[in-house]
Amino acid sequence: MTNQIKILVFPDPHDLMTTFALDNRPAEQGLRTRPDHLSLLEAHAIFVLREVAAECERPVLLFSGGKDSAVLLRLAEKAFRPGRFPFPVMHVDTGHNFSEVIDFRDRRVAELGEQLVVASVQRSIDEGRVPDPGPGASRNRLQSVTLLDAIAEHRFDACIGGARRDEDKARAKERVLSFRDSFGQWDPRNQRPELWHLYHGTVRPGEHLRAFPLSDWTELDVWQYVRREGIELPDIYYAHERPVVPRDGMLLAVSEWVAPRPGEATEDAVVRFRTVGDATCTGAVRSSARTIDEVIAEVAASTVSERGATRADDKFSETAMEDRKREGYF
Amino acid sequence: MEPDHVAGEGSPAATDLLRFAAVGSVDDGKSTLIGRLLHDTKQLTTDQIDALSAASRRRGSQGVDLSFVTDGLKAEREQGITIDVAYRYAATPRRKFVIADTPGHVQYTRNMATGASTADLVVVVVDVTAGLREQTRRHCCIAALLGVRHMVVAANKMDLAGWDRGAYDKVAGAMEELAARLGIETPVVIPVSALLGDNVAEHSASAPWYDGPSVLEALEHAPAGAWAVQGDGGARLPVQWVVRSDDGTRQYAGMVSGGVLRVGDDVVALPSGARSRVARIATFDGPLEEATPSLSVTVELEDDVDVGRGELIAPVGDAPEPTTEVLATLCWFSPEPVRAGKRYRVKHTTRVVPARVTAVEARLDVGTLALEAADELGDNDIGVTVLSLGSPIAADPYRVNRVTGSFVVIDEGTNATVAAGMVGPPVLAASPSTR
Repeated sequence: MTNQIKILVFPDPHDLMTTFALDNRPAEQGLRTRPDHLSLLEAHAIFVLREVAAECERPVLLFSGGKDSAVLLRLAEKAFRPGRFPFPVMHVDTGHNFSEVIDFRDRRVAELGEQLVVASVQRSIDEGRVPDPGPGASRNRLQSVTLLDAIAEHRFDACIGGARRDEDKARAKERVLSFRDSFGQWDPRNQRPELWHLYHGTVRPGEHLRAFPLSDWTELDVWQYVRREGIELPDIYYAHERPVVPRDGMLLAVSEWVAPRPGEATEDAVVRFRTVGDATCTGAVRSSARTIDEVIAEVAASTVSERGATRADDKFSETAMEDRKREGYF
Repeated sequence: MEPDHVAGEGSPAATDLLRFAAVGSVDDGKSTLIGRLLHDTKQLTTDQIDALSAASRRRGSQGVDLSFVTDGLKAEREQGITIDVAYRYAATPRRKFVIADTPGHVQYTRNMATGASTADLVVVVVDVTAGLREQTRRHCCIAALLGVRHMVVAANKMDLAGWDRGAYDKVAGAMEELAARLGIETPVVIPVSALLGDNVAEHSASAPWYDGPSVLEALEHAPAGAWAVQGDGGARLPVQWVVRSDDGTRQYAGMVSGGVLRVGDDVVALPSGARSRVARIATFDGPLEEATPSLSVTVELEDDVDVGRGELIAPVGDAPEPTTEVLATLCWFSPEPVRAGKRYRVKHTTRVVPARVTAVEARLDVGTLALEAADELGDNDIGVTVLSLGSPIAADPYRVNRVTGSFVVIDEGTNATVAAGMVGPPVLAASPSTR
């Protein structure tokens, strides 16, 4: 450098000269030992899980049986084994499930030897907490009420979820540790500053946090990690043949809750699911990807986003996700 | 095919990661630039483009309003401003990017700092028809204080300036001077039109007098991993969690920073002062001989010492001195000003301690970069304070270690994060008073 570096003389110029010189090392020095991006994402997610476990009194990990929460479970093993998880695992169950996913959920939790809590949307309906939207209607939005009731019942002060910022433009705005007031509301205009990796998890009684260790992971990162770790997923993530009915630009699996309406025709298609949610509003995509390598190639080349391809409930309005999140959704 | 521009997330080569934040004043075009960059590098999916077109039409825009790519909140789109950071992800065959689009309004400076605190680099967007504003200087100053050493300057709205080289030169000169004074590497200054896409992902014929890189090229070639750079000092392992195995062995879990921790290292736990040696470094995937910075590991010590969350494990002979008095630079984020005598909590690494501000020493004038005497700090002020702590912390100067040199100040009543703290005085290049 030709410019003489001068330091703000306050309060001790000698100390500052030393520290500045330290800071002036060439950037390449640290790169030699830099872990690859999946290892960095993994290390950060483990860090977040441990911070939440330590700072919060009654955390819970949300597990839907989907790929993102399957990754969360592996990260929890990495964070806390050989000890036990310092939290139970909770599924918010809409009652509209793919049976493969429920089988996977129960098997996975049993293998881990951890505790499963099931919060049931059907129970919320039966108890009159939410109106019954009718047979075959999406119960996705109702999950917020069931979730908030479960949080109150178990006095959870942090819910760890597998949501990622690349999923949606409202999620893209959310902190890793996201504050919820005593009504479960997210206020996107007034989020806590989140500096460095200093996650502070203190809340007052009735308030809680949502924690998103996978915030900076993309759909492709998740799949690459599933491959690297050999993580088992429900079979429906891989291409298979099943009867589907085209509706709202999506392919819905024909099931107990989804039948062809007048004018709609069922077809047998080779499909897979990119996301797993309420079976009445989660679409399948045509795919021949039967192996993880084929799925990764497909995701990398896809010109449609994950939610755009698979979620009917996000197509109703411009800010569907933001609106649901404000009410307490995942 | 344009090999450098196509979405290449599946490319096996793209494992290098650059985190950057777009900063600068209100309406200088940060969100439009990020939207343009994502659009022109084919990172947007067809359903996202359709949704953007529909949202733009609804609000009377011609074509696609690219600022909507990151301005995803209802209020942001209604008001045409950015309120909080949006994170987006992109990949070219060359590298992966984590992008933070930050707000320009002074009232949302805390959100800009949130986005810049984990960035390797900042892209400073300056409207050439308006020049550098106070908020441009404030953002650059905060980025420099946070330890960002590289910036790329987008001299934006060149189309409105008729691609006048004089307008570009004025901004380039001012930014080069500012960077020198902030101790930041001389920035590359790129004449762009974010609206039209000139020199963003593609070279533009509009500025034949400019032969430097496009914004994309500058980002693809900038040094990455500034966060992990601090790898040749003493290792630091703040204990997050104690893992107990069935046989009663205690393992201390945490993320390493500052340097490499090795089996056999003589270590001290601080502030307690307990000494031992690293017996084992364990992970779920098996033991390691050494743990490099940025990795989450667990460490077993040879002796049965009493170490818990909030202790810092560091090598004997290269460990920070625990202290209950800290001189620190604060970026203040609360409408309630800080004055001497006020009580807060401080979270430093994994340790939360009561704190009192014993003195406000000075405030930084972001225009002149001079420190002025002050006895309080208001919202969005940067200043120097002395904190007295209810329990000691083992801190390094921020310039030596961003993990053990940083802390947040928490309001005792509301639990709001009211300040970002950096141990030590503000370290910038020359200020006018010392030249």
